[in-house]
Amino acid sequence: MKIHEYQAKELFRRFGIPTSRGVVVTDPADAPRAAAEMGYPCVVKAQVHVGGRGKAGGVKLAKNEAELKQYAAAILGMDIKGLVVERVLIDEAVDIADELYLGIVLDRASKYPVFMVSAAGGVDIEEVAAKTPEKILKLPVDPAVGFWPHHGRRLAGFLSRDAGIQKQLADFLAKLYKLFLATDASLAEINPCVITRDGRAVAIDAKINFDDNALFRQADVEAMRDVSEEDPLELKAKAAGLSYVKLSGDVGCIVNGAGLAMTTMDLIKHFGSEPANFLDVGGSSDPAKVLTAMEIVTGDPDVKAILLNIFGGITRCDDIAAGLLAALKKMPLTIPLVVRLTGTNEDQGRAMLAEAGISAGVNLDEAVRKAVAAAREGR
Amino acid sequence: MSIFVDEKTRVVVQGITGRDGSFHTAQMAEYGTQVVAGVTPGKGGRTVHDIPVFDTVAEAVEATGADTSVIYVPARFAADALFEAADAGIRLAVCISEGLPTLDVLRAYHYYRARGLRFIGPNCPGIISPGKAKVGIMPGHIHRPGGVGLVSRSGTLTYEVVWSLTAAGLGQSTCMGIGGDPIIGTSFIDALTAFQADPETTGVVMIGEIGGTDEEEAAEFIQKNVTKPVVSFIAGRTAPKGKRMGHAGAIIAGGKGTAESKIEALTSVGVPVADLPSQLPNLLAERLRG
Repeated sequence: MKIHEYQAKELFRRFGIPTSRGVVVTDPADAPRAAAEMGYPCVVKAQVHVGGRGKAGGVKLAKNEAELKQYAAAILGMDIKGLVVERVLIDEAVDIADELYLGIVLDRASKYPVFMVSAAGGVDIEEVAAKTPEKILKLPVDPAVGFWPHHGRRLAGFLSRDAGIQKQLADFLAKLYKLFLATDASLAEINPCVITRDGRAVAIDAKINFDDNALFRQADVEAMRDVSEEDPLELKAKAAGLSYVKLSGDVGCIVNGAGLAMTTMDLIKHFGSEPANFLDVGGSSDPAKVLTAMEIVTGDPDVKAILLNIFGGITRCDDIAAGLLAALKKMPLTIPLVVRLTGTNEDQGRAMLAEAGISAGVNLDEAVRKAVAAAREGR
Repeated sequence: MSIFVDEKTRVVVQGITGRDGSFHTAQMAEYGTQVVAGVTPGKGGRTVHDIPVFDTVAEAVEATGADTSVIYVPARFAADALFEAADAGIRLAVCISEGLPTLDVLRAYHYYRARGLRFIGPNCPGIISPGKAKVGIMPGHIHRPGGVGLVSRSGTLTYEVVWSLTAAGLGQSTCMGIGGDPIIGTSFIDALTAFQADPETTGVVMIGEIGGTDEEEAAEFIQKNVTKPVVSFIAGRTAPKGKRMGHAGAIIAGGKGTAESKIEALTSVGVPVADLPSQLPNLLAERLRG
């Protein structure tokens, strides 16, 4: 799960991490009052869940009230990579001497939370990693051991030569690690953390992603969710216990299991078309999920044919058939449907469908070919 | 032979009184697996399908000599179940449950490694040595005993491939799903190491998917350490970047984890990667003939 920059900064302050001061507004008329707290110049920053806000024109420095009103009005409502800006952060403009990159990621390869820090902050860190990897220090810290002063000395010593700044950074990083573990984050990134001309370390940007699997024990994090940033069909799928991702093709697919669902997409492409979506109905055997899945896929106007691909394990083919029949009763189909049904209770499932005049195949390649051909005819 | 589980494996089911736990206990026992005990806190003293239930894994191990655990408890209790199994002297835990917080799995990973123990999963279908033992949720009837070792990050895609192997007359020594999460207890490399050492296994099918770099690391390992034929399939060639494809671990992030990178790594060390799962039996049969 992602949150906005202003929310990440609030979380930082709760953990004692210094950040720039700022106020969020949703109406340009409120911007001057927000700016009164920090004075001019101040920064107007679009709050959306995508990177590259600056390049898209979503971050501006306002030198006076007129500019502030103008920028706030321009940025609010702006479309950045498909997301509409509904909030702007009016943030303190900090006097910058140096820009650092500070981050922690859950590293899949080493299986530790790994610090990534660099004195080359304020730019794309992936580019720094590719071109000048020596400018980045990576340090795994085992949560069973915890963050100790030597970790702080090592990281801070790599970032600055000034003893006073090192001390602040070590403290900053210790708190960031604490936040990371306490909130079940999967990524925490400050780019940049600035060193001001008067020698203070301050986070002027903040990004945190959280582990979706841990949200059941992170009520404070869940409360920060902004559903307006998420795709409505994906939300509907999630509420029903399905995973759905919209894609650009015209063959809709409903599959049990993520690996098989990805493979079905790949086969659609292999046999000459493009998948309209990824949709995993999950492992359990619940007819209601098939009904929701059919609603979602038929609700996509790009879909010209539907492929239902089931290899029953825990999922029972008769449950799938029941769900499909219920769906067809509720919403008669106007596009072709190809069914592949095999595995647990396949005879019962296939018999139920045959009674309703639907033939179900067994062979996967054949079913995909049929669906691709049907979509082509429907174009 | 086979790897990790066989006819001598003594299984304790954590979460045996739950809906899934109870159902799959019957399925595992029917397959011939020695299911010797079950655990559900607060329900000790009962039986499920004539199998004694205990309050703790420690009691179950003491009373029945269980050495392997299979975990069917809800996500929020599953990490606790993993640590409990390790502390009770279980050698191998198979975690079927999905949705465990990643930081908990990370802690369990290092806890198990430091003690020389193993867990498989989480978020996996489990492991089966056909004709010997089934510790998991896969449909037993699609498997046949034989020489193919199979390791996969997926569930139903694994069944798909097993079924096509069986139909082509290629039986299996052991098939295991290692799970779709970003951090898992047993990796491709662990499975490949065991398959290489297992005299019954003649060749290996490795099924990967987008996300992470486990397949790339496995390719490097195969080049140095595996002399048996390995064939592969990678799911997710058409998956978009930055989107989680069902499995928590199936995501292309920061330019890493693409299908292209994995296919390139495997083919460059002589591991053929099938375009379709249905091509795997022939691809492997050709290499087994030498």
